[in-house]
Amino acid sequence: MTAITCNTRVSAAEIAGALARGETSSVEVTRAHLHNIERHDGAVHAYLHVDAEGALAQAAAADERRANGAPASALDGVPIAVKDVLATSGLPTTCGSKILQGWVPPYDATVVARLKRAGLPILGKTNMDEFAMGSSTEHSAYGPTRNPWDLDRIPGGSGGGSAAAVASFQAPLALGTDTGGSIRQPGAVTGTVGMKPTYGGVSRYGLVAMANSLDQVGPVSRTVLDAALLHEVIGGHDPLDSTSIDQPVGKLADAARRGAEGDLSGVRVGVITELSGEGYQAGVLARFQESLDLLVEAGAEVVEVSCPSFVHALAAYYLVMPAEASSNLAKFDAMRYGLRVLPEGVENPSAEEVMRATRDAGFGDEVKRRIILGTYALSSGYYDAFYGQAQKVRTLIGRDFAAAFETADVLVSPTAPTTAFKLGEKLDDPIAMYLNDLATIPANLAGVPGISIPSGLADEDGLPAGFQVLAPALADDRCYRVGAALEAALERKWGGPLLDKAPGLDPSTGSGQVKLDQRNGDAR
Amino acid sequence: MTATSATGDALLSYDDVLAAYDPALGLEVHVELNTASKMFCGCPTEFGAEPNTQVCPTCLGLPGAMPVVNGKAVESAIRIGLALNCEIAEWCRFARKNYFYPDMPKNFQTSQYDEPICFEGWMDVEVDGETFRVEIERAHMEEDTGKSLHVGTSGRIHGADYSLVDYNRAGIPLIEIVTKPIRGAGERAPEVAKAYVAQLRDLIVALGVSDARMDQGSIRADVNLSLAPKVSAGSTAEAPLGTRTETKNVNSLRSVERAVRYEMQRHAAILAGGGSILQETRHWHEDTGVTTSGREKSDAEDYRYFPEPDLVPVAPSREWVEELRGTLPENPTQKRARLQAEWGFTDLEMRDTVGAGALSMVEETIAAGASPQAARKWWLAELARRANDAGVELAELGVTPAQVAGVQALVDAGSINDKLARQVFDGLLAGEGTPEEVVEKRGLAIVSDEGALSAAVDNAIAANPDVAQKIRDGKVAAAGALIGAVMKEMRGQADAGRVRELILEKLA
Ligand SMILES: [Zn+2]
Repeated sequence: MTAITCNTRVSAAEIAGALARGETSSVEVTRAHLHNIERHDGAVHAYLHVDAEGALAQAAAADERRANGAPASALDGVPIAVKDVLATSGLPTTCGSKILQGWVPPYDATVVARLKRAGLPILGKTNMDEFAMGSSTEHSAYGPTRNPWDLDRIPGGSGGGSAAAVASFQAPLALGTDTGGSIRQPGAVTGTVGMKPTYGGVSRYGLVAMANSLDQVGPVSRTVLDAALLHEVIGGHDPLDSTSIDQPVGKLADAARRGAEGDLSGVRVGVITELSGEGYQAGVLARFQESLDLLVEAGAEVVEVSCPSFVHALAAYYLVMPAEASSNLAKFDAMRYGLRVLPEGVENPSAEEVMRATRDAGFGDEVKRRIILGTYALSSGYYDAFYGQAQKVRTLIGRDFAAAFETADVLVSPTAPTTAFKLGEKLDDPIAMYLNDLATIPANLAGVPGISIPSGLADEDGLPAGFQVLAPALADDRCYRVGAALEAALERKWGGPLLDKAPGLDPSTGSGQVKLDQRNGDAR
Repeated sequence: MTATSATGDALLSYDDVLAAYDPALGLEVHVELNTASKMFCGCPTEFGAEPNTQVCPTCLGLPGAMPVVNGKAVESAIRIGLALNCEIAEWCRFARKNYFYPDMPKNFQTSQYDEPICFEGWMDVEVDGETFRVEIERAHMEEDTGKSLHVGTSGRIHGADYSLVDYNRAGIPLIEIVTKPIRGAGERAPEVAKAYVAQLRDLIVALGVSDARMDQGSIRADVNLSLAPKVSAGSTAEAPLGTRTETKNVNSLRSVERAVRYEMQRHAAILAGGGSILQETRHWHEDTGVTTSGREKSDAEDYRYFPEPDLVPVAPSREWVEELRGTLPENPTQKRARLQAEWGFTDLEMRDTVGAGALSMVEETIAAGASPQAARKWWLAELARRANDAGVELAELGVTPAQVAGVQALVDAGSINDKLARQVFDGLLAGEGTPEEVVEKRGLAIVSDEGALSAAVDNAIAANPDVAQKIRDGKVAAAGALIGAVMKEMRGQADAGRVRELILEKLA
């Protein structure tokens, strides 16, 4: 491999600038990230599959376009990692599950097609909790991802792979998906940025659904501007997704740039009473308060708002999500694709027996738990009491948001109640695990956008905390404006990005050299 | 009196059934729409393509794929609903019906549950001149499943060596039309069921929304039947409905009638013997004319319906609904009155025509140039008999209205007579081509060679001197016997009128 001359610690926007100025090439940038993957991913395990050859070919094509004076987009040539829940034609897509081991989709998710159209080389597919069910990436059937800040700790979930890849400079950008916090909570605990767009703002076509009415694809990055740039590439109407909103994606990068100028005069920031008190780690709350003060310094007006229904959000979420998931996951039956397990000791097994054996062997415990919960919640006689009630709670939460946005332009809270916990710490306590998403779930239930940006390190453990900014549906630009303003103020205070404070990853801590291109889960 | 069916089911005689029970019918008819693309994706819908060539990620249920509603299918659903006098929902949703089956790609069917697009309608069905109002509970949209082929000696899933699934049919738009329980039909229940399906089919044809071919499965009927104890005469009380069975995929009009009758007799035998009816799905066997038990369908069977979260609600504007109302064909009752007047049929002729399921064929035959009486004669006298002998519906016999009109045109031109026309129908049914080609191939044209005819008349006169004398004496009516003899010699290929003229000339 040629010498690594490219600086992978810079932002995607800076890489794009260097490419535009001809200071580097996409091949060089892509190769540098592949090199980082080779050095560090043995330890971090952010990726389930790395496509070095494909990424380099796409990078070469990007360089050629640029040489011809016709770059495909502002991010043409900037490499990206894609969460393994998004269909990529020709690249394995497992959703972190054994049941999809070896499945190679014949089609691209709309967001993946848009990445390709915009010229972003795809480095590989990132690790995740099985079918996005979890808050720690420990539920991946292919082993956990580790937090680059402390390899004994979780990187959040379900999109721990995407967040860890970006935090460890193994990719400048990544795609995540957020059903109850799977983009924002990993962002908070890894010191990175994660944005869940307005429901319907980004196409879900090709996203292997966990809960269709809650899922949303969004950007994972190290800076607010990078997230906005990526959002502009993937967002906008898609006729293949009926729930996609028929509106242009908006000037999000402009909003981020404007926010970074630091003036928030006239912006009303609402602190949600229900999401900033009990159950939050002291260091997380301290960083939250500090961030609020910086917003006030930037000219924002801080008000307190109450959203009383939010206390029911977690309960409603754990009815709606498993109900939809139980139905979505029925298609994994060994009949057409993916894993097929024949029942032991059964001669000439029936289709039904093969389905049962495959689903038993192919799904992990958390997935089974949610299938059982969801099946129960939808059962006749229980539907009204569970699924029906949960839908009513969603309506109430939507009303709380609507009322709150009468008095505030954005709502804020800590993203996650704690910093990253130790691997295994909450694995046997599902309720404790579910509580991680307390502050992120309301946005999914109401379909409003939310961003998490790093707010600093908690005093008790020196680990990153996150600050969440929520906006009304279709006002994603407000998340970027306020997020960028806060980011600028914090970086001035810190003297640079928070990730500069992360301990360096020693290549020798890895589990040894891993051959690129053969990093599919079954190698582990 | 009890008999036993081919499969060993005890059957009570039909008269005994009616003496003790009142049947309640329920019909669920699935209509496959003829839209160019599927319900939720852009795949084509043509019948008979190579297996699994009309598929995509969506209709294969691949992970991540999503549905998009076919607007043309919604339009067809609304038109069907309007034609059935239904209300059209201002707002309705699709729902998932969850159950596992290998020919269902997602292991749920995208259907509608408690929010059907059409509801609360009715259709008047005529049986022997009597009108029954069949109330329609709902008509909703859904997608078809794939088709399983069980390879092995049994042809059924049990005992198959292996099974193949063709997903070309998966996702084809279906409209399911469900009646409310039809009560009070009594002995006519089987005919009412058949007439309802027949009239519904005619309606679908008139709307142009489906190929409406029962033999190809583009219309499929499920027959629900239960019996209630007969209430005493004069009582206004209605006995509660009994336990029902659902007989699946009854694929011809005749089978609808037979399946209802069979289930009535089977239920009654069980009830009369003190037994109780098992709520279950049953399969109809066209060849043996019996139903057999399918899977048990208890109330515990739970499809866990919930609104399809990948689709937005369907909310047809009132303007659009009214616009579609304007595209409806004439309603069947008005149309019948109009045709009867145009054709000059008596009430009885009209009733027989409708009863034989020949209305549309007669109409098309007249449109193709035949006189109303000729069209009626061929379809009701000649072709209805043949259909009955073959055990098929008139429409499925294989003779087209255009062919019938062609045959009549040959008769009108004097090329053939009615008797020869029957032989032309033999040829048409044997696939020998157009009526003209059959006449040509079979040498059926009437002989107009005066020499041959004259010789045959001479022979007949010579062979029947007594008859000839009677005619000479002025008993012209006796000519019939000579005409018969001439026709026999000419093997029927002579114009009887010309033969009569020749006989009378020669014996004048
Ligand atoms: Zn398709």
